[in-house]
Amino acid sequence: MITVLYRKLPTRMKVFLTIIFVLFMILMLFLAQKKLDTYWIRILTLIGIYGIMAVSLTFINGITGIFSLGHSGFIAIGAYTSALLTMSIQQKQMSFFLKPLIWPLNSIQLDFLSATIIAGVMAAILAYLIGYPSLRLTGDYLAITTLGFSEIVRILILNMISVTNGPLGLKGLEEYTNIWWPWGWLLVTVLVIGSLVSSSYGRALKAIREDPIAAKAMGINVTKHQLTAFVVGAFFAGISGSLYAHWLTTIDPRPQTVGILLTFNILIMIVLGGLGSITGALFGAAIFAILSEWLRIVETPFKLFGIQIPAISGMRLLVLSTIFIIVMLTWRRGIMGRSELTWDSIYNFFLRLRRKQ
Amino acid sequence: MRMTLPIFLQNLANGILLGGLYALIAIGYSMVYGILRLINFAHGDVFMMGTYFAFYGVTLFLLPWWLAFVVAIIGAGILGFLIDRIAYKPLRNAPRISSLITAIGMSIFLESLAVVIFGGIPKSFAPPRIYPKFFSKMLQIGSVRVQILTFFILGITALLIIFLIWFVYKTKIGMAMRAISTDIATTALMGVNVDLVIGITFAIGSALAGAGGILWAMKYPNVNPYMGFMPGLKAFIAAVIGGIGSIQGAMLGGFLLGMIEIMLVAFLPRFAGYRDIFAFIILIIILMYKPSGILGAKLEEKV
Amino acid sequence: MRKMTFLVFTLIVLLSIVSIAAETIKIAAVLPLTGAVAAYGQQGKQGILLANEMFPEVLGKKIEVVFIDTKSEKAETANAVARAIDYEKVNAIIGELISGNSLAGSAVADKKKIPMVTPASTNPLVTQGKKYMFRVCFIDPFQGEIAAKFAYENLGARNVVIFTDIEQDYCVGLANFFKKTFTALGGTIYEEYYRTGDQDFSAQLTDALSRNPDILYVPGYYTEIALIARQARQFGFYGPILAGDGAEAQQLIEIGGDAVNDVYYTTHYHPDAAQTEIASVFIEKFQEKYGERPSAMSALNFDAYLIIYDAIKRAGSDDPEAIAQALRETKEFKGVTGVIKMGPDGNPIKSVVINKVENGEFKFVTVVNP
Repeated sequence: MITVLYRKLPTRMKVFLTIIFVLFMILMLFLAQKKLDTYWIRILTLIGIYGIMAVSLTFINGITGIFSLGHSGFIAIGAYTSALLTMSIQQKQMSFFLKPLIWPLNSIQLDFLSATIIAGVMAAILAYLIGYPSLRLTGDYLAITTLGFSEIVRILILNMISVTNGPLGLKGLEEYTNIWWPWGWLLVTVLVIGSLVSSSYGRALKAIREDPIAAKAMGINVTKHQLTAFVVGAFFAGISGSLYAHWLTTIDPRPQTVGILLTFNILIMIVLGGLGSITGALFGAAIFAILSEWLRIVETPFKLFGIQIPAISGMRLLVLSTIFIIVMLTWRRGIMGRSELTWDSIYNFFLRLRRKQ
Repeated sequence: MRMTLPIFLQNLANGILLGGLYALIAIGYSMVYGILRLINFAHGDVFMMGTYFAFYGVTLFLLPWWLAFVVAIIGAGILGFLIDRIAYKPLRNAPRISSLITAIGMSIFLESLAVVIFGGIPKSFAPPRIYPKFFSKMLQIGSVRVQILTFFILGITALLIIFLIWFVYKTKIGMAMRAISTDIATTALMGVNVDLVIGITFAIGSALAGAGGILWAMKYPNVNPYMGFMPGLKAFIAAVIGGIGSIQGAMLGGFLLGMIEIMLVAFLPRFAGYRDIFAFIILIIILMYKPSGILGAKLEEKV
Repeated sequence: MRKMTFLVFTLIVLLSIVSIAAETIKIAAVLPLTGAVAAYGQQGKQGILLANEMFPEVLGKKIEVVFIDTKSEKAETANAVARAIDYEKVNAIIGELISGNSLAGSAVADKKKIPMVTPASTNPLVTQGKKYMFRVCFIDPFQGEIAAKFAYENLGARNVVIFTDIEQDYCVGLANFFKKTFTALGGTIYEEYYRTGDQDFSAQLTDALSRNPDILYVPGYYTEIALIARQARQFGFYGPILAGDGAEAQQLIEIGGDAVNDVYYTTHYHPDAAQTEIASVFIEKFQEKYGERPSAMSALNFDAYLIIYDAIKRAGSDDPEAIAQALRETKEFKGVTGVIKMGPDGNPIKSVVINKVENGEFKFVTVVNP
């Protein structure tokens, strides 16, 4: 890119465009809800939830450079916290037949919004507790430590029967998560993390990512910055967990539900989108959600270039992981690399188009 | 828990066996980490693939069991070599995290490949279909009952480890490996074919994982596409405990972890559900306070 | 973002072109064909394929079964059910097998008023409060109670060690109900814990056997039961081992070998129990088609298909609402796993069969009627 010719739009113009875009998205979602069937609405909702998960993870992994594999732990905490808060008292009494639920959880019921915010706060507190000791580590040691922590969270959930109902999980949650909650929270997530990234704080984070030692020498408090980023990311992971639980209407501590596999899925999203880009994470989330549904075609009998191919289950994940590896090997930047799709970049894209003509 | 001497000895025997298996897998992890600083997430899946090779060697290609096992171990080695060539070699100069992410992708890929090729239904790796019944006989030693298989597993583990130590310390390639683990660039300048040596390291580590998988399946005869994940993770923890990058460390870590896991459940049966937590807690404590592990050399962060 | 919305709409257009179907009645089978419990999904698929082969037509229309994989995951199950209803436009759904997944799926199906029959989710909550959710298996409280009575009365056990797989709600539930009944009868219980995928039980077994139990109760799945049995025998325990319906699979014997002799388990059927005519036909055809004994999972999935088939026939219509109504009114349905009368809440009232393993074969012991 030729930096000399890079032009910026006035801030007021950008705010105006953003508002227009948000209104447009609201209209699109409204239309989608009216016109589309439940299947596609579910996928759109899931894109919103995955979007929050991916943006919060890319903030930790891609932008701050803390390679965390513990996202599912925060999602699990968020999911359980909010589920325990929104379940009705009768529902709790019915579900907890192994051991009764401890006070005060057994006598509280909150609305979805407060429960979701508390879920985020709980995840953030956990992140602080985990991050404080473990952020001294770097690179793959940190990755393994966070993975270990998320597995510890999962096993604790599995064993703390009087709080979490253990392996039975929480069932019969109200289906609060419609299309609006995830997309609304996604907007909040992108606005908060986006403004963090473009502030001086964000520049400090990027400096830490590029070279922690140099950053330290420049007078940046590396641990404090990283810890804040970790906590903010975990907060939104907790939010997404709450949305996820009330979208599924049931949550349990199986590895398939809130285990390492979930973290790996989010990792696939942000790598596809470009590690370190918020808009990239959004594209990654959308592509992952749509692709994993669309690829169901390869698991039914289908024809490829006139050859009848029988139904083989498991093909979806094989294709997805192949794409993932190919992206890593040939196109490591992913869709967006580390750059963002902003009004400025769109504007300059069109400027360049005009210049070429 | 009524802990009497015979019960303790019984648990000791159990711990040694589990530890030996962990050690075998941990060595492969440690070797690869030692030279590339890469946590090869796909290692556990090579372990799984090796077991499937042995299973199909006996059931489909009707090889005698010992030959099938040898072929499977070689097959696992070749698989490891190929994984390195295809997935890791192009990323040698990329940030280390890229290789780690690719390794995760490789792990998912191998698992789903196994689902597609071998199917999701677990296969039974039990005598007399796969190997002679002789191995599952019990020996009564005092009041402790030990399976003949235990001695077989320990014997093979010991043989493989001795071979490995000879290989690493007494051969040219072994010397090259140790040189690479100290400094790749300089080693390349000395005229060593670095890529080939790294490939061989992968092959040997993977062959050991394959052997570990087969021995594991002889002990726990349930073969499925996801069988490698947990043992793989545990072996990695073992490698870290012992000091990742060091073969003796991996062995020590493996035996320690196996022993701790068994003894924990033995002394505190109420906490059996927390068994894996303890592995992770040990891992985290070691990483925080002595990241180089018990026997590992201290790795300096390069500026 | 617009790109993405555009993508979504393009895909809908693309997909709807493909889905122009012939005049068939569509049933979706939402099963865990891959993932952690793929074995059950695959066995279930075998049962459904056979059922479809034996009963391919109803009301003059062909029945088309669409298999949709859930990867043994909740989110996938919910999506798969939504896909079955909106994209495949099915009239009824079979699935899922794991209780937690069935719950996620049934929330969707119930809202869309499409009848869904789970072959094997035994948790009471799965059907509770749902008008369109049914099952063909008995529920955990009943099975646990029968097992406890059998242990106390027929096996003469007074001292039992329960091995609970704390990762499976099925197993925890069953252990819990067993414990309640067995202690009420006057027996004593000691509990050991393990997790799905555990391979080494030596520590738990050493502890358990030091208590000299009469029997072990292992209400888990066959892989772990076989491994526990093998290791228990190696440690010198030769008493009976009692299990739940999760034990029934050829793999139990393949993995367990001689060690699983004297494993008793509560389950849904046995050829010698000869509860229904269809059961013996099923076993014969199954062995012909796949060359192995059908597992309980295959039999239950077969029944799930058959009960929907039966409902469509009785309703005289393939309208989902009519099918659901007919399912509710099921009275004398003769399935492979016994005679089913659909109780309130979509739970069947049916008998429990107790089998045992003897010399590498499943032998019928007794049948307990509700």
